[in-house]
Amino acid sequence: MAEQIATAKPVTANTEAFDKVVIRFAGDSGDGMQVAGSRFTDASALFGNDLATLPSFPAEIRAPAGTLPGVSSFQVQIADFDILTAGDQPDCLVAMNPAALRKNLMDLRQGGTLIVNTDAFDERNLAKAGYKTNPIEDGTLDGYRVIAVPMDELTKEAVKDSGVSGRSVLRSKNFLALGLLAWLFHRPTEPTIDWARKKFAKTPEVAAANIAAFQAGYTLGEATEAARTTFVVKPAALEPGTYTNINGNSALAWGLITASRLSGLPLFYGSYPITPASDILHELARHKNFGVRTFQAEDEIAGVGSAIGAAFAGNLAVTGSSGPGIALKSESISLAFMMELPLIVINVQRGGPSTGLPTKPEQSDLLFSLYGRHGESPIPVIAAASPSDAFGMAIEAARLALKYMTPVLLLSDNQIANGSEPWKLPDVTSLEPIPVEFARYPNGPDGVFLPYMRDVDTFARPWAIPGTPGLEHRIGGLEKEAITGNVSYEPANHQLMTDTRAWKVANIANDIPRIEVNGDIDAEILVLGWGSTYGSIRAAARRVRLGGRKVATTHLRYLNPLPTNLGEVLNSYKQILIPELNTGQLRRVIRSEFLLDVKGLNKVAGEPFKVAEIEEKILEMIK
Amino acid sequence: MTAPTYTRADFQTDQEVRWCPGCGDYTILASVQQFLAGLGRPREEFVFVSGIGCASRFPYYMNTYGMHSIHGRAPAIASGIATTRPELSVWVITGDGDGLSIGGNHLIHALRRNINLKILLFNNQIYGLTKGQYSPTSELGKQTKSTPYGSIDYPFNPVSLALGAEASFVARTLDMDRTHTEGILRAAYEHEGSAFIEIYQNCNVFNDKAFIQLTGKEERVHNRIDLEPDKPIVFNEGAKAVVLRNGQATVVDSSSVDPAAILVHDPTRPDPSIAFALSRLSHGPYGPTPLGIFRSVRRPTYESQMTAQIETAREKLGEGDLSKLIASHGTWTVKDPSKNGG
Repeated sequence: MAEQIATAKPVTANTEAFDKVVIRFAGDSGDGMQVAGSRFTDASALFGNDLATLPSFPAEIRAPAGTLPGVSSFQVQIADFDILTAGDQPDCLVAMNPAALRKNLMDLRQGGTLIVNTDAFDERNLAKAGYKTNPIEDGTLDGYRVIAVPMDELTKEAVKDSGVSGRSVLRSKNFLALGLLAWLFHRPTEPTIDWARKKFAKTPEVAAANIAAFQAGYTLGEATEAARTTFVVKPAALEPGTYTNINGNSALAWGLITASRLSGLPLFYGSYPITPASDILHELARHKNFGVRTFQAEDEIAGVGSAIGAAFAGNLAVTGSSGPGIALKSESISLAFMMELPLIVINVQRGGPSTGLPTKPEQSDLLFSLYGRHGESPIPVIAAASPSDAFGMAIEAARLALKYMTPVLLLSDNQIANGSEPWKLPDVTSLEPIPVEFARYPNGPDGVFLPYMRDVDTFARPWAIPGTPGLEHRIGGLEKEAITGNVSYEPANHQLMTDTRAWKVANIANDIPRIEVNGDIDAEILVLGWGSTYGSIRAAARRVRLGGRKVATTHLRYLNPLPTNLGEVLNSYKQILIPELNTGQLRRVIRSEFLLDVKGLNKVAGEPFKVAEIEEKILEMIK
Repeated sequence: MTAPTYTRADFQTDQEVRWCPGCGDYTILASVQQFLAGLGRPREEFVFVSGIGCASRFPYYMNTYGMHSIHGRAPAIASGIATTRPELSVWVITGDGDGLSIGGNHLIHALRRNINLKILLFNNQIYGLTKGQYSPTSELGKQTKSTPYGSIDYPFNPVSLALGAEASFVARTLDMDRTHTEGILRAAYEHEGSAFIEIYQNCNVFNDKAFIQLTGKEERVHNRIDLEPDKPIVFNEGAKAVVLRNGQATVVDSSSVDPAAILVHDPTRPDPSIAFALSRLSHGPYGPTPLGIFRSVRRPTYESQMTAQIETAREKLGEGDLSKLIASHGTWTVKDPSKNGG
């Protein structure tokens, strides 16, 4: 039965210590669950927990209120050690309405804490969620610790003096829930109150209402013993340093700005809005004081086209999109490859094909990234492994593009883009500069400029930008004569140029880190991953080891070219498992490159791997 | 610093020009080279960007910076150059297929943004490089390889389209009239912002004499309407005039109207309605057709506003500081326990 709390007397609650707790906020799209979740996360970060988050929201901006498709959720795992994922199963679920309960209850751990807004459980909402009887009363929730709170009523009471009225009143109920959770999990309250003040500085009445609701939620817990037990999760013993909580899209944007500084080139970002990549455009557009130029183009092709123009003109040129948009850019990427201009192309992958699952993670653009262009156009492909890793990989993409005069594809996905984790801030003054030298003088006999005369080490061609006297030259999509860059249809020249372009990219293998094996080097099985599965794979391996078995893991950040020692590493394991959020794309690449019978664990369910799924597969393979 | 002295030869490259003998493109190339030589501006400050098609080979023959890019995409690529390097003079060379069919979207958006691009659209009303299919400016009923029963595609009027796309400078000229072409090029060059020039260009292989009404000795007298700023619009040696009737531009006998009723051309009118009305006098050069500048108005360029936003941000916030940026979402510190004696 639910603990009815509104009239209970204040009693000091017992506390229970946990090393980690998973909390999920679930409600209607309009209930402010992403805000509540991210505020809880930030407070936890400032408190010093390690954490990882997984937001999940519908593709519709406002699906019909109260319905199952309209449910939006935000999951966060907080811990006193270095966790790697947002957790498989919530220990605590906040359900703001019947639809949110119905959609999320099956994930809640048996015996877990469930906070429900009883005011939303009226006949209409119950029907919309497909409940024939009220689950709060019919025994459905037996086996959970239920905290039933009339949130609408309490919110109305809390905000009555704040100056908000009408429909705005109930908008603060997410803060009431947040306040209750702050009490339940011993979170500091100041970060949330400060945030609300700043965020709603222009509408002080909204700030006041949110703060009042937040405090009411907190007081409610404190004053009424809302739960018999509160949870303590101590700060994590992270490596000493200054930390921030970062999501992948921000990390990527900041990495690009940093690369602009490191290379001394102005940053240009040409892009067309698309989920889940748009936040990169939003973030970059805010930082004009770094000299950033953002160009919201008329379409995806113009996004990449403008970036190609900016590259020719001497900028650090970047375009970004998600799968369908990258498909539209494909012809232009081949042009950049043919003209040998530096260009960064970001693909924040989502569920496909076509519009697919635009707000869900998937890794199904790997083969498309490697091979999805006409003609022989192999380009470097690299992938971030986690939200904070996107910072360094953005800088790496810039380094490769500028050093080798080539387009580089940088892969992220929806989990990296919108998920967040603590990030130890790097010392930006000690980052390696990215040297760039524009051509200044003719490099051929008699003052002639030869735009395809290559560097002997990198095979990169010189970058001569408009405005440089004496280096006027023309480039284009037609095949070039080696050295002079003149149009050439000669058979032997096309062979030479095709081979040279491929060799230039393949040679990058000598300029990237060798792959390192983590865990039990002498294990029978190696788990190979790439991209956002990093955390789940590491966490699964940790569990396997805790069970007394051996497992090695390694993670690819470079998909083309592959690290030089990869074959050697793979050949030293009896079994290789590749978990991927696709139907086996890296597996196919590894099989064809190394003729190895690697096994896959594959999932395209619009959600990340649960740690248990990978753990189970590893155990099954080494049984 | 003295301005460099150039001749046309300084803007020619060592590449063999590979248009068909007799193609109108040769004349346009000569006009552009002659015009640029006369400016005395350093050669390295010019960039020519083209798409795909016969006209788009143009950059290979210009001794400036240049890019022969993708079908239809030249305005997008040129936008990236012009917005990041406002000190350059960026030109787009396109055709009726490249600019109005596959690249129509980029063209209209470049025009509305008023990016400082000079867009030369060579209109020959046919696809040349793919050997003779009808184009988006081919006349209705045109028989080509892809329309053996005649075209049923209603054509664009490029000047009307540019005006509708909020272009701040719109003009039309003719390949054979080099003096007229150079005059229009100069006006476009001096205009701040995007300039659109439709150039009627004869394709002597697949669509010969398409513009005979404007180029033929007999015909042009009756059909060529020269738009000159601040002058009444008259042609045919003064016998014909253009008046506005119910908002529509109409050709009348000059003798039949009060001279005060004859439309006086003013390309600087803020409202494009009258320029649009003039563009509707002909739909393809089959009768009286205006040549000259339809519209030339001042509007801030995209890149000047972009630069201004950067400058304002720097004034307000100071030059960007990376350490502050990465700490801007709030931070916490984990202390080294060994240093605390703990």
